Amino acid sequence: MAEPTSNPKQGKPKNVRSRLLLAQLLVILVVLPYLANLIGQPALTSLATRIIILAIAAASLNLIMGYAGLASFGHAAWYGVGAYVVGILYRHSVTGDPLFGLQLGTDQLLITLPVAIIIAGLFSAVFGALALRTSGVQFIMITLAFAQMIFIFFVALKAYGGDDGLIIRRRNAVPFLDTRDSLTFYWICLAVAVVWYAVLSRIVASRFGRVLEGIRQSERRMAAMGVRTYSYKLVACIISGMGAGLAGALMANHMRFVSPDMMYWKQSGEFMFMVILGGSGTLLGPAFGAAGLIGLETLLAAWTEHWQVILGPLLVLAILFTRGGLSGLVRLIRGANRG
Amino acid sequence: MAEPLLQVDNLVKNFGGVRATDDLTLDVRPGEVHALIGPNGAGKTSFICQLMGEITPDAGAMRFAGASLNGLDTPARVRLGIARTFQITQLLDEDTALSNVALTIQARQGHCFRFWKKAADDASLLGPAQAYLAAAGLAERATVPVRDLSHGEHKQLELAMALASEPRLLLLDEPMAGLGASESRQMVDSLKSLKGKTAILLVEHDMDAVFALADRISVLVYGKVIATGAPADIQANHQVRVAYLGEGDA
Repeated sequence: MAEPTSNPKQGKPKNVRSRLLLAQLLVILVVLPYLANLIGQPALTSLATRIIILAIAAASLNLIMGYAGLASFGHAAWYGVGAYVVGILYRHSVTGDPLFGLQLGTDQLLITLPVAIIIAGLFSAVFGALALRTSGVQFIMITLAFAQMIFIFFVALKAYGGDDGLIIRRRNAVPFLDTRDSLTFYWICLAVAVVWYAVLSRIVASRFGRVLEGIRQSERRMAAMGVRTYSYKLVACIISGMGAGLAGALMANHMRFVSPDMMYWKQSGEFMFMVILGGSGTLLGPAFGAAGLIGLETLLAAWTEHWQVILGPLLVLAILFTRGGLSGLVRLIRGANRG
Repeated sequence: MAEPLLQVDNLVKNFGGVRATDDLTLDVRPGEVHALIGPNGAGKTSFICQLMGEITPDAGAMRFAGASLNGLDTPARVRLGIARTFQITQLLDEDTALSNVALTIQARQGHCFRFWKKAADDASLLGPAQAYLAAAGLAERATVPVRDLSHGEHKQLELAMALASEPRLLLLDEPMAGLGASESRQMVDSLKSLKGKTAILLVEHDMDAVFALADRISVLVYGKVIATGAPADIQANHQVRVAYLGEGDA
């Protein structure tokens, strides 16, 4: 098999190396909460939960932006929609008011997560179908416009808090688990993230994923191969929206609060930044990007209130000097270690 | 005479005030190499783009194997069995030569909505892909990213990809452009090996290649076919000599 995986310079086949990296990452994530308690910083677990959730959303954006080359500037909309699904269902479960004439309220995570995924997927299907009629800069602008429309809609949605958002007094419940315990919730988020990354890794390596990478490189070539690219791009947008909805639903539980701010364009920009910073078109890049961005933000904010002045140039330098973002940096360091 | 595989009648295309295709009528018979020659700007590439559905003609009819092509998009025409190469190669630069061909085979096999099985070690894709690369003399270069291949290898790879879609008609847009003498010879040999199997519409400036390969030649000047015939007839045609061959080659 002439698989292009062995790199003579580094001695080990690429897939063994990336599996090793994956194992190392998982070990770090598993010991992290215990380490955090040990050094007397239990808040680190909550920070890590946040990073993991954002990494799910960023990885979903990476599917269309990094692999298919569709720079969506509206990713936060699906993230926010997922969060609102949790918030609205919770609200109805507390008040007992009917939703669409039915008793649909629930605070069961095993129900709210799939519903959030499906609703976010539906939203991204409708808006994606329209946005994909454009490409390039127009696509960026139209996704931004759609997301801002959805943002404004939720700002105006006074029945569900409007501008102020919705407070979720208790996290969604899971049978036999105490989700109020921050460590338990960390495990839930980590497990969901691992599953989502595993699914994405299969998707990008599949025939469908190969088509997406082809679309990024040359749509004209794909047409000459006989591929109608539109439907592939649309399905990618739907999967991406579903992932964002999943992340939003988890974040709503994590913060126990939902507000239109979650779908503001700045959040979309942050997702794009995580993808670029981490290394777009790489599987783990978005996770590194989320960790890098949120980590830096937290560190610098603790140090000075003008943290953005420092963060900005740092990000520019990171992108300029670590070819392929942080995952490029990780590869560089690991390569150097092995001589 | 056999029923033509491709029949183009009275094709017209205007770009603003410029008539790129002027009442163009041409046919390609099964298995023949039909060369289309003409000076720069004669409208050869825009004719190919119209055949592929990338440009919509203003008037005229195109029929392929008895079915009308009008209104079909590029992927639909590819599925019918038309494949092209580009004057300026259009390849997936970041991927290897092998995965470029494998993706073409994947596209030919039908829809690609398969989300789970790994495509990179799918024997039903890699086996044929390697065979096409070997036939193009690129077996050794299979795992090299396309951007690291030479120009001549790009041209060979594009031809291999066009063949991988198992076309009945190949549209070749200047396959020799920019090739060195030995690369040109190699390309002519590759095309000769296709003779009789696949019908070819060959747009080319290299007259040695054209006369070595073509069964028939059409001469396109200002979007109009001014002559069609066997190579010997075209060489002898006065009008053609003035318009084109007289430029130095004949």
